[in-house]
Amino acid sequence: MAEAAIALPQPLIEGDKSIAQVTHDVCAPMEARPTALWWVALLISSSFLLLGAAAIAYQISVGVGTWGLNRTVGWAFDITNFVFWIGIGHAGTLISAILFLFRQRWRTSVNRAAEAMTIFAVMCAGIFPVIHTGRPWFAYWMFPYPNTRGPLWVNFRSPLVWDFFAISTYFTVSAMFWFIGMLPDLATIRDRATAKWRRKLAGVLSLGWNGSYRAWQRYEVVYLMLAGLGTPLVISVHTIVSWDFATAVLPGWHATIFPPYFVAGAIFSGMAMVLTLMIIARKLMHLEDYITIRHIDRMCKLVITTSAIVGLAYGTEFFTALYSGSSYEQFVFLNRALGPLFWGYWTMVGCNVFVPQLLWFRRVRTNVPAVFTICILVNVGMWFERFIIIVTSLSRDFIPANWFHYAPTRVEVATLLGSFGLFFTLFLLFCRFIPVIAVAEVKGVLKYGKPRLESAHE
Amino acid sequence: MSKRLLVGVFESEDDTLAAIRASRQRNFKIVDVYTPYAVHGVEEAMGLAPSRIPWVVFALGVLGGGLKVWFEFWTTAVDWPVNVGGKPFNSLPAFVPVTFEVMVLFAAVGAVLSFFFVCRLYPAKRAVLPVAGVTDNRFAVVLEQTDSTFEPAEVQKMFEKLHAVHVEEQITGEVA
Repeated sequence: MAEAAIALPQPLIEGDKSIAQVTHDVCAPMEARPTALWWVALLISSSFLLLGAAAIAYQISVGVGTWGLNRTVGWAFDITNFVFWIGIGHAGTLISAILFLFRQRWRTSVNRAAEAMTIFAVMCAGIFPVIHTGRPWFAYWMFPYPNTRGPLWVNFRSPLVWDFFAISTYFTVSAMFWFIGMLPDLATIRDRATAKWRRKLAGVLSLGWNGSYRAWQRYEVVYLMLAGLGTPLVISVHTIVSWDFATAVLPGWHATIFPPYFVAGAIFSGMAMVLTLMIIARKLMHLEDYITIRHIDRMCKLVITTSAIVGLAYGTEFFTALYSGSSYEQFVFLNRALGPLFWGYWTMVGCNVFVPQLLWFRRVRTNVPAVFTICILVNVGMWFERFIIIVTSLSRDFIPANWFHYAPTRVEVATLLGSFGLFFTLFLLFCRFIPVIAVAEVKGVLKYGKPRLESAHE
Repeated sequence: MSKRLLVGVFESEDDTLAAIRASRQRNFKIVDVYTPYAVHGVEEAMGLAPSRIPWVVFALGVLGGGLKVWFEFWTTAVDWPVNVGGKPFNSLPAFVPVTFEVMVLFAAVGAVLSFFFVCRLYPAKRAVLPVAGVTDNRFAVVLEQTDSTFEPAEVQKMFEKLHAVHVEEQITGEVA
């Protein structure tokens, strides 16, 4: 018996949970009154949100002169933040779609929150290109609709138009994926709710789901279809984001390595953000039995894998530049490492390549505060990566007479802080009103790794 | 028309699967099975035909992609050609990314809408549960009492032998 138990894989969920217990453990914190800690967190994040809203209102009413951009550096903070947030979102799709296709059943504990993160991150990302247009009230011109200006259609050869289609498709598909995954849980909430408003609201949203297997069968099919569509979609989205740069003929941007480099970087930063959020959520909502040390360990392995890919890409692009024989390429990369923004470059390399090496050690991967710190550093590093790529290539381009330095203004910094405020406000509301863990999916993996008893009815 | 139903309520997926198999073996008509999560193997045990949604998804993906290629060609090369950096008006390779996105969008939206349509799911629909708890921790197998050869007492015994926690008769169709 003991040997048979050793041969089993480790259970995914700690504690001998019954099916009803899973429902209770996830739903009870939502039905109870919010804790003081939650209120404090909401207060802080919504203050940042308000700061961001004020900053956006100010820069739209006053104009783009409130930014630190100049004639040399036309893209900086907004685009950095846009790429940063889009990248964050990608880990959610990795967990919900790619790991689903690979039958990684441990994903069931984290996929709901990771998908929520995707949707909120894409919302944060969407703000920046819209305000960056300078005339955000004309943002709908991106959409190819018959208009009275000709009709002058959008330029389908432009990566910026590709981006518009990629991001809006990504948002739509992610939101649908999230909602479909939530449908059975909304029905669970509806059927156990005691508060009238909760029963009403969950009743409307759960679309009359009653657990019929005829519906479950199609549900599984649709889930598989969405996962299959989401997987190439997520890769296409960041590929297209990288084309925003790679199709420009600017040294440091015009590189064929950009798509895989950006996709790996996106998943890397997103994985770090998922871990950050999960570590907070499991503490706040007491979900240590569901999001176990083993989950954290596995996600850390994904972080170190993607960190290695990102590190390889840094080395490859540096080598290619030096080996290219193009003095402009060579200069841009030397300028990144040794020029005025050298500290940013080395922050990026240090946080993204050197710090994650600690995750090779199991003792680090199972030490929650250490993982949390590493993940925060990775996010800092990945933000700097985009900043360095964008700003160094622009600020010192072909003609030295054009060189100009860029520094963000207070308005730009406030907008970035505001996007973090939006992200965390939405995430905290999500923790309160939606089951943080996919109840119906976790019920399906309860027996994983548990010895199968011949008769459970004695 | 009213239907006489027999509902067996179970508390584990193994018992539910055994009950479905036993009912199928005796040629009972299984109206539906209700489970709190997607239990693997129920599909085969119930003998459900594979879903045709993938075909809808495929067709819509092809349609979306095809329409988008045509639309990009028509707007950039026919309706109002604009010379952008001397690139050809019909820049097919440059149309690929947006075509791909629209294909995915059509396929994904089509998958979800066809799922809602075939399962008759819509906002604020009143959920009809055979017994309470099927969205929490109960599994229900619903049989139709087709004719006089169906002996409810005997089937009840069969279900109870398979560890049913509760068996009840229901009549539908007359009351909502």
